[in-house]
Amino acid sequence: MLLATIPLYVQPYLIILLTTILMYVILTVSWAIFSGPTRYISLASAAFFGIGVYTSALLGKSLPLPVVIVAGSLFSFILALCIGLLTLRLRGMYFIIFTFSISELMRNFLLWWETTMTGTVGRWVIIVDHMTVYYIILVIFALVLLTAHLIRRSRFGLALRSIGEQEEAASHIGINATLVKTITFAISAFFMGATGAIMATKWKYIDPRIAFDPLLSFMPVLMAIFGGTGQLFGPVFGAAVFAYLEEILTTKFPYYYMLLFGSILIVVILFLPHGMVGLVQKWLKGGLNRQNANP
Amino acid sequence: MFVTVLDVLIGGLIMGGIYALIAVGLSLQYGVGRVLNVSHGEFIMIGAFATWSLYTLLGISPLLSLVICGPVLFMIGFLIHRTLFQYLRDQSESIGAFADSSLLASFGLLFIIQNIALLVWKADIRAYSYLDSSVSILDAVFAVNRLVALLFAVVISSGFYIFLTRTRLGKAIRAAAEDPTTAQVMGVNIHRVLAICFGLGALMAGFAGPLISMIYEIQPTMGLEYTIIAIIVVVLGGLGSITGSLIGGFILGLVGSVVTYFDAGFSLIAYYVIFILLLLIRPTGILGK
Repeated sequence: MLLATIPLYVQPYLIILLTTILMYVILTVSWAIFSGPTRYISLASAAFFGIGVYTSALLGKSLPLPVVIVAGSLFSFILALCIGLLTLRLRGMYFIIFTFSISELMRNFLLWWETTMTGTVGRWVIIVDHMTVYYIILVIFALVLLTAHLIRRSRFGLALRSIGEQEEAASHIGINATLVKTITFAISAFFMGATGAIMATKWKYIDPRIAFDPLLSFMPVLMAIFGGTGQLFGPVFGAAVFAYLEEILTTKFPYYYMLLFGSILIVVILFLPHGMVGLVQKWLKGGLNRQNANP
Repeated sequence: MFVTVLDVLIGGLIMGGIYALIAVGLSLQYGVGRVLNVSHGEFIMIGAFATWSLYTLLGISPLLSLVICGPVLFMIGFLIHRTLFQYLRDQSESIGAFADSSLLASFGLLFIIQNIALLVWKADIRAYSYLDSSVSILDAVFAVNRLVALLFAVVISSGFYIFLTRTRLGKAIRAAAEDPTTAQVMGVNIHRVLAICFGLGALMAGFAGPLISMIYEIQPTMGLEYTIIAIIVVVLGGLGSITGSLIGGFILGLVGSVVTYFDAGFSLIAYYVIFILLLLIRPTGILGK
């Protein structure tokens, strides 16, 4: 509610900043819908995002914006279904590198296609004004939060968590692990595709390197782990803090940005294995324990 | 026709030799230590740039740099494992959790090392010429530096293979790869062996970097591509199998050379296609169990 009224009283710069932050929050929350409970770390976010971006670039000129966004989401959804069905046998490290190769394959293939077949690497996208982009991003944000919340609370979410705990046991008690995993993977891809489709209109010019940037795959993982994947709030919080931090670091320290980013990443992994939310919880629990303990 | 075939073949062997070298390093780090070190390519890049600097500024021969870069990177790798990864390993609830957290930590290393390299060497593409006279073998013409690189890659990887199979430390490493807990019970100092393994991975990167800088252009962002190639080769050969990585490296190099002959832009795509098909059809690789 508050986020919806913000444009009424702040500068355009803040709207653009908020749009970027919300983009990362959506990517992170949708990543966490699948990878949080199942513990299958997916590095295919860039692939789904990129599909959205290219849908926007190809269809944006002939179709109205809402149709383009829905189309982008559906294409990502379908791709995720295919990947999900193909990767039934892969687990752990194999799954991680498989998902990464898929998005890298798409990026390299498109680069090759655009340079040898069409002759131009980049494409122009129909521009939409900042306010419209912001409101659409806000709607997607609301939808992804609602979806994540509903999945967490449903029997479906319970099935996902039991797959994450022990997949064999989950199959034995009658959970169709394959079906559950594939559908959840596709749902998470759906929102990534939608985000890609709308963000393309903000960037005006796109090429395979921008659309399928591997950082788009890494960032949601880092942000979710930074925030903590145990709670719905964790990825939201992690992504918001991280995206803001990234914005500050890139503008204030453009030459040291990656150095600082990498250092923060290592510190987080070393000292906050359960993320910020985990730290707060531990701190609260520790506080209670201390009250109960004898001096 | 014959000359073209020979050209593609030798080109493939050279690429393959380098791929085998970097893959063996990664295979050791992942197969024994369970660290999927995505910053492996950054170590290669550091080796390549150190060689470039030593050659262009001080005139030190790249083959001498090979002997400098290897041990220095070994020490850096050893220390990184002793501090960062050992701490993570002790903290982790399970080996699976360690594999995930060490993957993320090595992403952190990737960002840090790449940024330092960008600050020191700037983002430019570099190259130098060393031993660039040519020899002709059966009418096909090759630059001497490429043949020297191939020779060194073969010598180093065979030397490394002999080290693993014949020496006591090599046996300790293979024991730790099979079963860390039992190896520890049998008197293997597991923390030391794991750190040595990580260091040896960096050593291989330190050997590969100078060889790569002799024959290809280098830039500070080149690391990830080599890491990806190393991962593909390691999976191709079977995770944890050193012999598999050596064979896999030459196979991928030959495939790459053939594809490059038809369309240079297509080689990375071909690697990914091979990799994805491999994961789908036979994820255990050529020599995997």
